[in-house]
Amino acid sequence: MNPTGRPRDESAPQRVGAEGRPVSHAEIVAVAGPVLRARASGAFALREAVEVGDHALLGEVVKLDGDEIVVQVYEDTAGLRPGVAVEGSGAPLSVPLGPGLLGRMFDGLLRPLVRGETPFVRPGMRRAAGEVFAFTPLARPGDELPAGAIFGEAAREGLPAQACLLPPTAGGTVVSIAPGGALADTAVACTLRDASGAERGVAMRHAWPVRTPRPVLARRVPDAPLITGQRVLDTLFPVARGGKAAIPGGFGTGKTVLLEALAKGCDADVIVYLGCGERGNEMAGVLAEFPELVDPRTGRALMERTVVIANTSNMPVSAREASIYSAATVAEYFRDQGLHVALMADSTSRWAEALREVSGRFGELPGEGGYPAYLASRIAEFYERAAIADTLCGRVGSVTVIGAISPPSGDFSEPVTSHTKRYVKAFWALDVQRAQARFYPAIHPLQSYAEDAAAFAPWWTSHGNSRWLELRRRFLTLLDEQARLERMARIVGKDALPARQQLALTCADVLNEAFLRQSAFSPVDRRCGPARQGAMMRVTARFLDLAQAAVEAGVAPERIPRLDAYRPLLRMGEEIGEDELERFDALEAALEREFAALVGGAPPAGA
Amino acid sequence: MLVTVEHAAARLEGPLMFLRRTVDAGLGDAVEVHSPSGPPRLGRVAALDTKHMTIEVLESTAGLDLGRSVVRFFGEPLAFGLSGGVLGRVFNGVGEPVDGGPPIAAAQRHAVDGLPLNPVERANPRDFIETGVTAIDLLNSLVRGQKLPLFSAGGLPHDRLAVAIATHARLRDAEPGAFAIVFAGIGVPWESAEYFRASLARSGALARTALFLNLASDSSTQRLLTPRFALTAAEYLAYVEGKHVLAILTDMTNYCEALREVSSSKGEVPSRKGFPGAMYSDLATLYERAGIVHGHPGSLTQLPILTMPADDIGHPIPDLTGYITEGQIVLSRELDRRGVDPPIDVLPSLSRLMKDGVGGRFTHADHPALASQLYAAYARAVQARVLASVVGADGLAETDRRYLAFGDAFEGTLVRQEEPRTLEESMAAGWRLLRDLPRAELARLSDAQIAAHLSEA
Ligand SMILES: Nc1ncnc2c1ncn2[C@@H]1O[C@H](COP(=O)(O)OP(=O)(O)OP(=O)(O)O)[C@@H](O)[C@H]1O
Ligand SMILES: [Mg+2]
Repeated sequence: MNPTGRPRDESAPQRVGAEGRPVSHAEIVAVAGPVLRARASGAFALREAVEVGDHALLGEVVKLDGDEIVVQVYEDTAGLRPGVAVEGSGAPLSVPLGPGLLGRMFDGLLRPLVRGETPFVRPGMRRAAGEVFAFTPLARPGDELPAGAIFGEAAREGLPAQACLLPPTAGGTVVSIAPGGALADTAVACTLRDASGAERGVAMRHAWPVRTPRPVLARRVPDAPLITGQRVLDTLFPVARGGKAAIPGGFGTGKTVLLEALAKGCDADVIVYLGCGERGNEMAGVLAEFPELVDPRTGRALMERTVVIANTSNMPVSAREASIYSAATVAEYFRDQGLHVALMADSTSRWAEALREVSGRFGELPGEGGYPAYLASRIAEFYERAAIADTLCGRVGSVTVIGAISPPSGDFSEPVTSHTKRYVKAFWALDVQRAQARFYPAIHPLQSYAEDAAAFAPWWTSHGNSRWLELRRRFLTLLDEQARLERMARIVGKDALPARQQLALTCADVLNEAFLRQSAFSPVDRRCGPARQGAMMRVTARFLDLAQAAVEAGVAPERIPRLDAYRPLLRMGEEIGEDELERFDALEAALEREFAALVGGAPPAGA
Repeated sequence: MLVTVEHAAARLEGPLMFLRRTVDAGLGDAVEVHSPSGPPRLGRVAALDTKHMTIEVLESTAGLDLGRSVVRFFGEPLAFGLSGGVLGRVFNGVGEPVDGGPPIAAAQRHAVDGLPLNPVERANPRDFIETGVTAIDLLNSLVRGQKLPLFSAGGLPHDRLAVAIATHARLRDAEPGAFAIVFAGIGVPWESAEYFRASLARSGALARTALFLNLASDSSTQRLLTPRFALTAAEYLAYVEGKHVLAILTDMTNYCEALREVSSSKGEVPSRKGFPGAMYSDLATLYERAGIVHGHPGSLTQLPILTMPADDIGHPIPDLTGYITEGQIVLSRELDRRGVDPPIDVLPSLSRLMKDGVGGRFTHADHPALASQLYAAYARAVQARVLASVVGADGLAETDRRYLAFGDAFEGTLVRQEEPRTLEESMAAGWRLLRDLPRAELARLSDAQIAAHLSEA
């Protein structure tokens, strides 16, 4: 039965799908790196999950060849040798989805990363054991439940309840359902009878194959922005709820900090944060920081709405390739409960490189940049998992995908960036120059774009900012003009520019410093809600108007930065908090007063 | 388990030796290949099938033959026997003492490849280390457990800077703690290794240093093992002996060159500039061995040094390193030429962990704002310089002219230093520079900060 001689982990979810087909065995005949060949004594399916050897290393069948199978192992294969047993699971590589995900950290195959007797990750980690939740049934015997319906609620001690979903493949008449009370998430909570009369028990937790997108009833066209709390994004380059965005940038330009700022400040219900081939300290940082931070919308700890999936750069590369699918599957699971999910992937380049490495190992013909020819379609498939949709349970949920890209030498013409660009709607290009000047977020206003922006004007209007679209255009035009004028100034000198153009440069400075710059570490400014953002847009625009009128009235542009209100204007983001919006009115009034004095000819003090 | 196999070698090709499978070895098990033509060579089992074994010889295979080669199997992956006694000792690139002293009486054996640290076990590095170098302490602070490389280039004084950091580094108002240095010389010239040894000896640090030397004249394939032996010792000292370890790895460019050489001799498909596609992951298995672990008193801070080929920061070696490490300190040939010592190019330099190690709890409440303002102003100064180079300083606006002067002072008096400075001295120098800029330009400082530090005294 069990040639490894190890007690089987009954909760191992990849066995849940093992319906009908007996589990097969095989024996290693050759092994090199993370790939092995084994002689099979039963039927294996392509992409079937397997366990290898005494430590039950997780692997996936990647090739069938006569009576031999080729297996890619997701863990360190040291010590394996011919003769070691390989055990089939009868199901494709799957991850367990249930109420135990929120607030925890997992590896790329969704096995919990918890403190243990050694600080190191050893091969052969186990799946999450069953965890007990307070279960509340939301269905009664006799009820007809469609596949994917909500049949109950589960809550961890002191935490909000989460919906319990039937698997998307299971529906029918409720035969019995567990009463309210403590229940393990692996125990049968509800028994259903389907149309054919077959009965099936489902638990609060179910397995789902990672490479298969979870089904929805119908997709919707995104029409509302995901509010990120970052001005440069929400105002200039918004992403839709259910949309997709990419953040390319060389090392140290601010991808991770921006993703983390979004994870903290965006108005999603659930954050799935994937650290894919990045630093262990960054993952530890999320774990240390998020429990301390408060979700501005619910007042609860941010960690409670977060799932962290970590395959750090020193963890096995083969699992890196799978980790992105694990993350997408988890995100879809929460979407299916009618929640709005933001999936942050840092970095998709490491995933693509893992794909390249795995492909190279199988001797596939390398294409552009050494990547396999199917790179573009894999990137497309991943971003397509972003959607806003009517879910099987009858609610509306969404997954917004935001992926970082780490282009070699920061060159955006490389394959991963250029293919991603074809599939995302929002492109947030990070700029080395800005990053080096410590101007954050270092988003380049001319290289970045947001295709859907115009569609969000109604949303902003209904949230009290009817000038959003107009001001956005105005800001973008000004930034464009700045680039042009700076090129010119480089040739003729700034002093030689006409007053109007010198003014435009000053205005662009103000727009950058006062509005676009936003430190992720400033206690006041790390997040900017729509109301404060609207007020700051208004004050900035007011300054542009006043300055223009002043220069038209003959005021020399260089006198403008000497106004008393100039520094407070540049610093308004850091000085004026979310609940002091009236101070923006005062600032606006001060600007008006001082400009009036300037134009009125009263020579300002000290001039 | 020690098994010796004779007469099993069937083929030798580059670094690979193909044997008939006559022992039950596991993948990755360490071996030693003995041959009458030289000292034993380390290797590992790289592939296995029912009939054959492939041994990857981790040192030069020159002089090996099929008939007389004897392979010893260790029955475990390559490991290093360690004890606190490694301090004060000198080893070759594979952990064998070369100082004439006795062998290390091993208290524990650790696999040299190490294991990935579980991220949940990592504690956040936050203890500010004062190095005495203003461009680091004030602008790109180093903290315990960080990996912060020096991006240098041939002929620049990176060795001197590394020694200065290693010998000066101290924690502010905290217990000094047990401090240790692990130095890995990877393909370095003898003079360079000797410079480190002599400097550490002069400062009295040699007794708490373990030196691992793979000199330029040593086997290049062995270079892949040198940082692994060194970091295994460093991890042992940090997590078992509870010491605060500073690991200096130099020169990582030689390491990467060796990686490229071995990869191509194995016939792997090359990636950028002929370096293997897996170089990112390979480097990560070294750099990620820096850190601090919950419940362990020690820490492992890494200061790798690399020389940028053709001074190009976009070259795969600095590029991939920058993507893994927690910042970088970049040295500039231009500053060096102008006599700015240390020639640290501040704009491309970065310490990502700085935000966790500075501010009121660690250094000074206004330290982050000061650093940010200095950066913003220096970036403007560099821009103004570009403008001035075309239209001349006279074509500049008044403000830009002041930035021009600021830039020169920044390099000449802040970056450049003759003596180590305390953080207070560095900060004072920073505030002094900002006095000469118009207040309206100082948008990164609050009114209170301006009043406290910039009001004319
Ligand atoms: N929005 C921000 N606010 C304040 N500081 C920032 C911001 N973004 C980036 N930084 C600074 O820049 C540093 C580098 O940022 P980050 O680690 O996000 O870079 P990255 O693009 O993820 O680099 P890599 O590709 O190497 O992971 C941070 O440590 C921080 O000091
Ligand atoms: Mg990052």
